[in-house]
Amino acid sequence: MQLAKEVKYLIHKEVLLEWRSKYTINGVLLYVVSTIFTCYLSFVSLGDKLTWNALFWIIMLFASINGVSKSFLQETKGQQLYSYILASPAAVLISKTVYNTLLMLVLTTIALGFYTLVFDSFTPPDMVLYYVAVVLGSMSFSTVFTMVSAIASKAGNGGMLMAILSFPIIIPVLILLIKLAKNAVDGLPWENSYDEIAMLLVVNVLMVATSLLLFPYLWRD
Amino acid sequence: MHKTWWKILGSGLVIYTAIAGLLLGVPHLPILNETIRNLYFHVPMWFAMIVLFSISVFYSVKSLSSKSEIDDIKAVESVNAGIIFGILGLITGAIWAKYTWGQFWSFDPKQNFAAISILLYFAYLILRNAIDEEQKRAKISAIYNIFAFPMMVVLLFVLPRLKDSLHPGNGGNPGFNSYDLDSLMRMVFYPACLGWILIGYWVYTIRFRIRSIENKQQHN
Repeated sequence: MQLAKEVKYLIHKEVLLEWRSKYTINGVLLYVVSTIFTCYLSFVSLGDKLTWNALFWIIMLFASINGVSKSFLQETKGQQLYSYILASPAAVLISKTVYNTLLMLVLTTIALGFYTLVFDSFTPPDMVLYYVAVVLGSMSFSTVFTMVSAIASKAGNGGMLMAILSFPIIIPVLILLIKLAKNAVDGLPWENSYDEIAMLLVVNVLMVATSLLLFPYLWRD
Repeated sequence: MHKTWWKILGSGLVIYTAIAGLLLGVPHLPILNETIRNLYFHVPMWFAMIVLFSISVFYSVKSLSSKSEIDDIKAVESVNAGIIFGILGLITGAIWAKYTWGQFWSFDPKQNFAAISILLYFAYLILRNAIDEEQKRAKISAIYNIFAFPMMVVLLFVLPRLKDSLHPGNGGNPGFNSYDLDSLMRMVFYPACLGWILIGYWVYTIRFRIRSIENKQQHN
């Protein structure tokens, strides 16, 4: 119960901090929109839906690396010490992951809306399944990137290490996501996608479990 | 003698598989033809790699609780030895692929995922280089190693089963058992796996000893 209270409080803190500055959400949103627009202008002659699908996930990958890596890399040593004293490591990790999932959900929803608006030939026939893929994607991006950004921030030099460490871990997830989203673009019946959905959920559970086990060691300096 | 028997056993088995693998009869199958002999050299590399990476995770877990420098060196040196076997596995696989599938890199899921999982361990080594302070390096790299291990298992054992692969046992291709059913191939294949695992372990112990001597010299 103590944990739930701490998590609730910390999420409230994160949302409040973000709400005051609105820096991350606006920054990443502008990043996504301008990347989509750049892609639209550069690949305008490309007619293949599957390429657009892959492009969408690559844009989301880079946007979420930028958005989620803020969670630990941006905090000062003092801020980290403050939450170290106040809350248990598990509460810190869970609250960051949940907050990042919420952030990514808002971002990817807006990005998907903008994407379908700009590329009207892209609109997947099975929007619900595509949205399931988007939800699962935001979840897995935030579970993986939250832990990796914690590792990168403790290692001392942020940006490049973050990309190197997270890409090999996220590639399998990305492959599953692209496959699932492709099923939605092709309009296949849902039975064909249960494998991927189950696999993504399993990977998420696995990542959260290992993160929870390892984070206390990382958090204590 | 009681300490070196497994080294002699390992080298004996590898020499035996090199000779017997090239000379003994093999079943003649279409497309594969004589390249089937590569089974004795390509597959054991992956077994050795998996064993070495598992050793590394074991010592990473141990070093998190014991905080001893020896466990940390053991973890990194088994990764170093494992990467050698991973690269050898990729090379032998690529050569085999050239003669049976037509290209060195055939965009086969298992090939791609094996390459990605080796990237994972290169990232581990780069992470180590990025941190100067020794204890901090031991702790953070151990955490990354443990965090990455389940992903490697997913990459190598789970994902390829969801996709069609040119490898045997996937996507309607016959599995191993259907063609090495003749016991002659088993008689070479199993000793080859054991032999290469032992050789891999030997490489790792030598690397570990060199590294600990170097460390000792640095401290003095």
